[in-house]
Formats: sequence, C-alpha cells, structure tokens
Amino acid sequence: MKLDAKIPAGSLEDKWRKYRSTVNLVAPNNKRRIEVIVVGTGLAGASAAASLGELGYHVKAFTFHDSPRRAHSIAAQGGINAAKNYSNDGDSVYRLFYDTVKGGDYRSREANVYRLAEVSVDIIDQCVAQGVPFAREYGGLLENRSFGGVQVSRTFYARGQTGQQLLIGAYQSLSRQISLGTVEMFNRHEMLDLVLIDGKARGIIARNLVTGKLERHAAHAVILATGGYGNVYYLSTNAMNCNVTAAWRAVQRGAMMANPCFTQIHPTCIPVSGAYQSKLTLMSESLRNDGRVWVPKKKEDVEGIRQGTLSPVDIKEEDRDYYLERRYPAFGNLVPRDVASRAAKQVCDDGFGVNKSGLAVYLDFASAIERYGKSQAHQQGLDSSDKNLVRKLGEKVVEQKYGNLFEMYEKITGTNPYKSPMMIYPAVHYTMGGLWVDYNLETNVPGLFALGECNFSDHGANRLGASALMQGLADGYFVIPYTIGPFLSGEIRTPAIKTDAPEFEEAENATRARLEKLMSIGGSRSVESFHRELGLIMWDYCGMSRNAEGLNTARQKIRALREEYWKDVFVPGSMDDYNPELEKAARVADFMELGELMIVDALNRNESCGGHFREEYQTPEGEALRDDANYTYVSVWDWKGDADPQLYKEELKFENIELKTRSYK
Amino acid sequence: MSWVSTLFTSSLGRKLVMALTGLFLILFLLVHLTANLQLLRSDGGETFNLVSEFMGHNPVVQTVAWGLYLFIVIHTLLGIRLWLANRHAKGQKYLVQTKANASFASKNMAILGILIFAFLMIHMGDFWWKLQFTDEPYALLQYAGMSHPIEDVYTGVVASFKNPVVMICYLIGYLALGIHLWHGFQSAFQTLGLNHMKYNGLIKFLGTAYAVLVPLGFALISIYIFLMQ
Amino acid sequence: MKLTLKIWRQKSAQTKGAFESYQVDANEHMSFLEMLDVLNEGLVEKRQEPVAFEHDCREGICGTCNLVINGRPHGPLPGTTTCQLHMRHFKEGETIVIEPYRAQAFPVIKDLVVDRSPLDRIIQSGGFISVNTGQAPDGNAIPIEKDVASRAFDAAACIGCGACVAACPNGSAMLFTSAKVSHLALLPQGEVEHNRRVVSMVHQMDKEGFGMCSNIKACEVECPKEISVTNIARMNRQYFSAMIGSDEK
Repeated sequence: MKLDAKIPAGSLEDKWRKYRSTVNLVAPNNKRRIEVIVVGTGLAGASAAASLGELGYHVKAFTFHDSPRRAHSIAAQGGINAAKNYSNDGDSVYRLFYDTVKGGDYRSREANVYRLAEVSVDIIDQCVAQGVPFAREYGGLLENRSFGGVQVSRTFYARGQTGQQLLIGAYQSLSRQISLGTVEMFNRHEMLDLVLIDGKARGIIARNLVTGKLERHAAHAVILATGGYGNVYYLSTNAMNCNVTAAWRAVQRGAMMANPCFTQIHPTCIPVSGAYQSKLTLMSESLRNDGRVWVPKKKEDVEGIRQGTLSPVDIKEEDRDYYLERRYPAFGNLVPRDVASRAAKQVCDDGFGVNKSGLAVYLDFASAIERYGKSQAHQQGLDSSDKNLVRKLGEKVVEQKYGNLFEMYEKITGTNPYKSPMMIYPAVHYTMGGLWVDYNLETNVPGLFALGECNFSDHGANRLGASALMQGLADGYFVIPYTIGPFLSGEIRTPAIKTDAPEFEEAENATRARLEKLMSIGGSRSVESFHRELGLIMWDYCGMSRNAEGLNTARQKIRALREEYWKDVFVPGSMDDYNPELEKAARVADFMELGELMIVDALNRNESCGGHFREEYQTPEGEALRDDANYTYVSVWDWKGDADPQLYKEELKFENIELKTRSYK
Repeated sequence: MSWVSTLFTSSLGRKLVMALTGLFLILFLLVHLTANLQLLRSDGGETFNLVSEFMGHNPVVQTVAWGLYLFIVIHTLLGIRLWLANRHAKGQKYLVQTKANASFASKNMAILGILIFAFLMIHMGDFWWKLQFTDEPYALLQYAGMSHPIEDVYTGVVASFKNPVVMICYLIGYLALGIHLWHGFQSAFQTLGLNHMKYNGLIKFLGTAYAVLVPLGFALISIYIFLMQ
Repeated sequence: MKLTLKIWRQKSAQTKGAFESYQVDANEHMSFLEMLDVLNEGLVEKRQEPVAFEHDCREGICGTCNLVINGRPHGPLPGTTTCQLHMRHFKEGETIVIEPYRAQAFPVIKDLVVDRSPLDRIIQSGGFISVNTGQAPDGNAIPIEKDVASRAFDAAACIGCGACVAACPNGSAMLFTSAKVSHLALLPQGEVEHNRRVVSMVHQMDKEGFGMCSNIKACEVECPKEISVTNIARMNRQYFSAMIGSDEK
C-alpha cells in the first residue's frame, strides 16, 4: 500500500489558499442529508462539531463525559500561539511555521504546519468573537507572552486557564448548534468500535455508560477527536479518563498509527509523592518565563536538602547550578520541552535531585520577584533598596501573573512557592504520534478523519508550548470544514446509512463478546494494578530516554503482562449498568497493545529526535543526534495483533526549510 | 402568555414580588415606629392618640393601609409557596448539616416569616381588630382643637403591655423580625439587582443597622411601658 | 492515618440508597480522591463493587468531581475542588461522611454520581454568542477595558461542577446561570443579544426544576472558583430590564 499524503501542488504559501478555492464542496441542500459522527468534544471535536453543524451537516457528537465541557483540553494552562505579530517583534506566519518545524525536530509535514500557522491568526479572532476573555493590556488590546523554543511573544492567554476558556468558547458554539438541532449530542457514550461498510467508515458502536447498552450509530463519515494516549504511562498529566480506545479500535479496523513513540515529557510537573499517586500535575510552561531552574552544585548541599537540614533559600548564589542557563545561553530557561526535560533527567541521574527520591529540581522565582518588586517600587516612587518592600511588591506582580498556579502548587504540596522554590520534575504530557492522516486529515480508512492530538500531523517529534490548543482549534474550526469536502462530495447520492446492516451486527457482537470476556475472566488482580505495572514498564524503558536493549526487554514484559491480563484481571459489577471498572478494563486492554507498538516504533527509529531520545544516538555533549539520511520519514504502522506490525513509510520532503541540527545554545 | 404573566410566573419575577413587598413592609415599619415613639411622650398619650386618630381615619392612609394588608398577605403566602417549592427542589437533605456556609437568618427566612405572621395576628387581634370591628373598645377623649372626641388607644396599649404574657409574645415577635430583617433588607436589594461594589458596604450597613435598631426601638418602647409606673 | 468513611451507596436512580461505613488507611499527602482510589482498590481485591464517583482531570479545572464531604460540596477548604483537597486537612481517626450532590434536578445515577445535564441545557438555551466560524473581525478590532475583561474572566472561570446547586438549601442554579450571563454580558461581543440570552436562560433554569434563590449565599462560599453572588444581582437586573424594558413583547 502506498500512503498518499495528498499535499496540494504549488508553493508553500499557495497550497492552502488554492486548495480552499478549488476543493469540492457539498451544496447546502445536500448537506442537510449528510450525517457526520464526531467522537470527542475537546477543542478539536467541539469546534469541528460546531463548525460542521453551522455549515448544515447533521452532526452526531459523542463524549464519554457527562458534559462536552469536561474534555481534557480544559486543563491546558499556558496559552495559544498565533502569528498575529501584535507585539511587533518580527513574528510572521513563516516564522511560526519555521519554529514549529524546527521545534518538532524536522519530523513533521511542511504543508500541514504551514497551514496551521496560516489559520492560527483566524483562531484568535474567532475566539475573541465568542467571548473568550483573553488577557488584555490597559489600552484594551490583546496581550502576549513568550513560550519555550521561540524568540518572539506570540502566545495569547487567559490567566493560567487558557484551555478552559477556549474549550468553553467551543462548548458554547457547540451548545448553540445543539439548541438549533444541527448537532445531536450524546453524553456518557463511549465509542467501542468503528463500523466499516465497503471499506468506508460508516458508523460506530457506542456504549451508553449509564445503562451499559451497546448502541449503533451510523453516518456518512466519522471524525475522531479523542485526544492522546499519554495515560499508557499510567502517571501522566492527562486526565484520569483519557484513553486511546477510540483510536485503537479504529486501528483494529485498519487505520494506521504514525510515530507512536513520539511522546512529550513536560519538564515542569509536580514530582511524584508516593506509590498511591494517581496522576501528575503540570505547572505551566509559562512559569519558565520568570522562573529559573537550578540544582545545588555541591553534593553535600544536595544531601542536606534531602535530609531536611538545609533549605534551598540558604544555598548561596555561587553554589547553585542554573544548568539550563549554563548549557543553553541563547534560550536559557526557555528551551523547548524535550531539551529541558532531558537536562533535568541528567542532573538527577548525576545525583543532584533535590527531594527524597532524588527526582526533582528547583524552579525558583526569587530573582523574578526581586526584579518585578524593584520595577514596581521605581514606578510608584518608593524606596527600591527596602528589601521587604521590594519582595512584597514583587510577590504581588508574580501573583497577578501566576497566582492560580502558585495556589495549586501549594494545595498539592503544602509548601508556599513564594517563600521557597517550587520542586518540579518531568512527566508525560502529550503524544505527538497518533493516527496517520493525509493533508485532508483523513486516515487511510476512507471517511475516517482524525483531528487534534488524536492525529500525528503537526508537531513532528516534539511539540512547542501553546501549540496544542492551536492545532486542536485549527483542525476543528478551519481545516476539517473544508477538507471533509472531497470525501463527502462523493457521498451526496449515498442514502442515510442504516444500522441494521450486517457490518453493524458484526461490530456490535464483537464488542459485546470483548466486554463479556473481560467480565468473565474473574481473576485475582484489579485493572488498576495492571495499568500501574504497564505504566512502569513504559516509563522505565520507553520514557525520557530509550535504548535497544531496554526496549526489547520491555516488549517481552508487555506481551507477558498482556497475556496475564486476559487471564487474571478482575472486573467487578455488571455489564448492564454504570460500571467505571469495566470502562477502565477495556481501555487498559487497548493500552497494552498500543504500548507494544510504541516500543516497536522506538526500536525502529535508530536516531534521537525531539521527545524520542535513544541513548545510542547522542552527541558527545549529550544532545540528540538525528539521522536525517535514514529517518526523515513518518513511521506508519499497520497493527497485526500478535504478529509483528508492518511498517509503512511516508517520506518527509523539506522544500522550504533546510534541515539543521537543532541548537538552542 | 403575555410578558406580564411570564414575568410573574418566573422564579425571578416571584422573587421580585417578594423583594418589593418586603421593602414596602420595611418602609411601613419605620412609619409604625415613628408613631410608637409618641408613646414615650409624657403628655398622657395625647400625641399618640391624635396620630392614631389620623391614621385610622385619613382616607389616603386608609387606602395605603389596605395595600399594606394585601402586601402582608402576598408576602406571606408567596413566601410560604416559594419555601415549599424550594424544599421540593432540594429533595433529600444532607446527613451532615453544616453551619459553615450561610447565616442562620438566610436559611430560616420562612420559619421566621411564619413566626412574624403569627405575631402579627396576635398584634392585629389586640388592637386593629378591636378598633375596626368592635363598638367603642376604648374610652373617648376630647382634645382641644379636635372637633369630636377620639378613642383613647394609648390607655389600651399601656394596658396590653402591662400583661407579661403579651409582653413576651411581643419580644419574641421583635426578635424574629430583627433576624428576618437582618437578611431580608440586604436580600431585597440583591434580588432587585441593586448591587454595586461601591455601595454594597453601605447597603449592608444600613440593613444591619435597620435590623437591629427598628426591632430594638419597638422592644424598648414596649419594655418602657411595661416598667412604667 | 486511619479513617472511617460513611459513604452513600445507591445502585441506580430507581433504587433506594443508604450509608455504609468503611475503614481506610490513608496518608496525609494523598489527595481526597486518591484516598478513595485506595478504598476502591481494597474493595476490588475483596471482590466487592467499588464506590462509583466521578472525577477526571484531578487538577481542579474540569468540574467533574463532585463530592459532598461532611455536608460541604468539595469539602472544607475554600476555593478548592474535591480533587485538590488533600488528606493533610483531616485528622487521624476522623469519620468522614461522603454524600452525593442533593438536588431534585440532579438525580443520582449511582452511589456518588449524579446527572448534571440540566446545566448543559441551560447553556444550550442561550449561554453563547451567536457567531459562526469565520465571521469574526480582527481580535483587536474591539478594545476591551482590562478591568472589564478581568471581571468577565472571573465569571467565566466557572467550571460547571454544580457545587452551587449542591450547596444551596433551595437547590438553586442561580450562581451557575448568572456566571454565564455575566461573563457574556460584560463583554461588548455579548452585549448584542443579552436581552434574549438572559430571559431564555432564566426560563430554562426554571424549567429544569431548580429552586429559587433566596440570597443565602452558600453557593458563593462553596464555589471552588469563588464566583461572586454579584453575578446573581447582575442577572436579576438584566432579567428585569429585559422583561420590563425591552421592546420585545
């Protein structure tokens, strides 16, 4: 099979403009008769469902949550990028495109990323019009801040809750379409299978999570916007219920996963505190604008801190190692996430970690507090040599900027980050890999589309901060309404799909059999214990750094674990009832297979790039060593169950950007 | 439905009625207190009786008075109805009842209101009923400047307040009124949407002062008469 | 720390529920939900059905978690969701009572899980700005005063958890509804359709069977995002002005 990315011809700048003007459309009278299923109601799903509803399609939207507003997009803190150049600091569509491709370590598709950068400006306009309360200057205009991996300020934000505000904007648009009847909303419904008729995606099997009933839903096309699979690691910053099931069920039906091993480990999360830990909490990247990352230079200081005899504020300036500023003077604390995470891991591996487990570094705001305090004192005509006053004024500024994050930190850890530096450690945050899609965001299964984090398309091997929100909304608001045209314009003569087709029958029976199997094992271990074990394998062998030997071990372990799972898991309750344990059991079963595929992919990619760091491939200074000659491709995997998955390659052509070693020094 | 019926069947419309009638009753209390203050004059009740005469026979005051009775009935009946509806809307109560999140007054407006209404019945039976529907409950007095003799309500009031049982009923009534006002005064403003960062403090201050001073005023007058030789 | 939990168990909306007691061994660094995870894992090991409760992001922003802890929605701490509440705020040997939200409009689905879909329907009745994708003018075309944007944000911070309804002795959804009305009405973009919005949302709220506001203000105290009852006054004002003052009949 040959993978055709369907990238339009023409120069980079013309591709999307021309495509939009020439793409096949569906006439309004036909749109009314065409049904589209959207699974997931996060930024990508809600915006897609709303926009398609506005266009006149009959949309059926599904979420396993009790309300579309709960999707995990809501937890994004820092902001959303857009090439508005309101800051007059040299930003442009091209620069955003360039930064994103470079940030992704040259493993993304040029045409997709350029389109993303182009529509980024429309997203801000759209969101403002919906009533998203972005931060503003005193003059009433929109305010920007900077994020990791770039040298311009292009990030729009709404305090530390940008994702929430954007999602509520999309949710409100979706709600409007629900009230108008163009979108039919199915809350508490989880997609458990994809239905293909004549090779095209024509519907889903969904489980009503309240009644346990399996339902058939048909449509002319199916859109998956079901997020990422970071929870394969058990501990991650993802919400507890984030899962890969919808995407993985599609994989079982023939869709292919691309670059599954590209996982983003976010450098600033609250460290693990104990074995009972259920999830990790992110501290926004925006904190690195003002926070300085350090560990003690001396081992005895580290010991003192771990034993509690020494406090970080006691350590003298010259005894601190601001390792990011030291190693990367050009970008300092604002290096991209993969670089910052790896650097933290290195200092901790070298024994400089500052908590009991040795897995934490400091994020310190003391100098920012002093800087802001002095500036405030100066502005207000007060004495800037009064240390207490300066501290007070400075804390106030920091509180205005990051108050909610500081509060959250204090709630979780019980320590006050204004007085003593935060402790942070990297944690799994985002998955760049996902379902393979072409320029139309269509998977290799005709009529099956994937949007947002669910697809692989825009971030290469590493995503820059504030770009996930951008991609989710770009896909949903501005891309899919056009790119679904080529497929649906061929379906205007297709009558409404009927759910009594044998394909639906088969899919429903298969789903029921699978759930019955899970219920009937009656083993001795909880789903949770399996998930935790799976997470540990993934984190230890396929986490921040990987090597061939470890990956091979991990693959054996996962296969063994999977086998044990299907023999020894215990799922309480009943199938015909509200049963969160059963939901989890089905999701973990899918994670067990995906985990193996991630390992296979990591093993295949004999280079280090972005979030994928293979210890065998590094420069003498410990930086990632890419192999452009052999690996400038997207790994696209056809899952074959217990047999080895089959690899397809989509070669990446860089016509506008010269491949360079990524340097933030 | 016309917009009027839509308004008054909506939850906010009903609240509007509660607030407006409540505010009217609050205003009336002030008038009543002013009249009662005349009891304190050491003129043998002349001013008080004159005021009573004026209140009892001035056609404008009488019209307003019937409005007042109507408002009391509306405020009470609607209040009870809303209370029942709210109890239904809550359904089952929590096993643990917390005091941490709301004032006693705000949570017990209906009970306090019913208490006040009961008190009002006693009060009205004591004076108003007698005045309206019995023949010559009080002696007639001729004051200088008046064309005809008027009822000596003053003596009746004093006689009532000398009775310790009546006295205690009244004091309980005043207390209930105070607590009801403690919440009701500010609440009416909030319901009407009269809420402003700059003036919230003032409203709160006025409401609190009113809730304390007005019932206290009534109570002190009653106690004064009770103790008066 | 050893704790006794008294938890409401109810099989479904149709069946009756009751409290059951459990012992759990927690530690002070756990979040409240992690403590429940420990309980549930123990129950599963004993082959009993775990306690159903809703949760998702565990960062205090998705609004999914919704427990009433010792009579208080989201527990004793101000401005904190259940998932952000940690066990260090409880005492060794304490008995903790955990109940589902109580309101007629929020029927219990199972144990501690309730149906909050009425809140969605209130938003659907008008809690949006009618702008189609692609219709927007430039983001900077309408300057908005910083303070106004900030106040709109305060109202928009609502996470839709429904704690206001749960806290209200009347089971009223006024704080939730007014937060959305305020968020949109404060911004010039939302000004355009504010009459229609407030009327429609208030009437939907009534239809869903929520109680009426009697300004008890428990909602404000228990709101994990500390949304102010000032919003309720604003909604009242707007509703009366829309009903009495607007041209529409």
